[in-house]
Amino acid sequence: IDLEQYPTGPHIASRMLYTAENSFGDVSDKVVADFGCGCGTLGLAAGLLGAQHVIGLDIDDQSLEIASINADDLELDMNFVQCDIKNFRWRDQIVDNVIMNPPFGTRKKGADMDFLSVALKVASQAVYSLHKTTTRDHVKRTALRDYNASSAEILCELRFDVPCLYKFHKRKEVDIAVDLWRFVPQNSQVKRL
Amino acid sequence: MRLLTHNMLSSNIKGVANGFPLRIEVEKVVEKQVDFNADFLKNMFAKIEWKALVDASRSMGYSELPGDANPSMLDSDDFLQKFHHALLELHLEEGALVCPETGRKFPVNKGIPNMLLHEDEV
Repeated sequence: IDLEQYPTGPHIASRMLYTAENSFGDVSDKVVADFGCGCGTLGLAAGLLGAQHVIGLDIDDQSLEIASINADDLELDMNFVQCDIKNFRWRDQIVDNVIMNPPFGTRKKGADMDFLSVALKVASQAVYSLHKTTTRDHVKRTALRDYNASSAEILCELRFDVPCLYKFHKRKEVDIAVDLWRFVPQNSQVKRL
Repeated sequence: MRLLTHNMLSSNIKGVANGFPLRIEVEKVVEKQVDFNADFLKNMFAKIEWKALVDASRSMGYSELPGDANPSMLDSDDFLQKFHHALLELHLEEGALVCPETGRKFPVNKGIPNMLLHEDEV
């Protein structure tokens, strides 16, 4: 519950990846990282669309185990790393693009922004991320001002079905409006974590 | 875990100045065939830390990569095939990644390295 793990539905995953590939060519033949990969949905979708090398990162054992099984089932080779995004260190910008469905920050405030901050340091080309529509202005302002994004574009608005998974969900099923963002980092020689 | 991934990972322990590259302790290596993509390899060449890749592949039992490499070698199909094999087809399935400064071991199980830090390392 603390980690706020909601699976990325297949319709959201396919929307994200198809847009990334068809509108921007950001998937096939690329090195793609899936931050907070959970069961691997986004990363595997990237693999299916021709990403050359996909790495999924998550903090949770069980999710990674499921993700491995999913990868095997699809006969896709996806590398996984168990780590805490916030203190994880990468070398330079080998990763082309980051795709992610970060924890929204309702339980632990600002979690999605932490993910975005790291993603913009790691990706050399683009970051695709989902954030709640209600936080739209905050996301744009922070990305451009604090996280070194040279651009922050909303590609579309999606509805995320969150079924009543946890006790603290008061209503039976909640539809959350989320924005699919594409951020472009400012490329800098002196970018180190 | 492919060596392409290894080439991106660094020790994240507090106080470590340069945690790259991590040394590899091998218990089990698996080879998985991947389709050859010359363009991808040529793009990656500029971003890869060559020495780290060579050392890593040797610790995995593959010694075909030349110790030094320069872009002109990308014209050779033979070189590209070896580069391809080392970068994408060798997998560390079981073993550990070792921090070059502290010697701390990050275990690798079923191909997944566990880079979670203990409380005193953050």
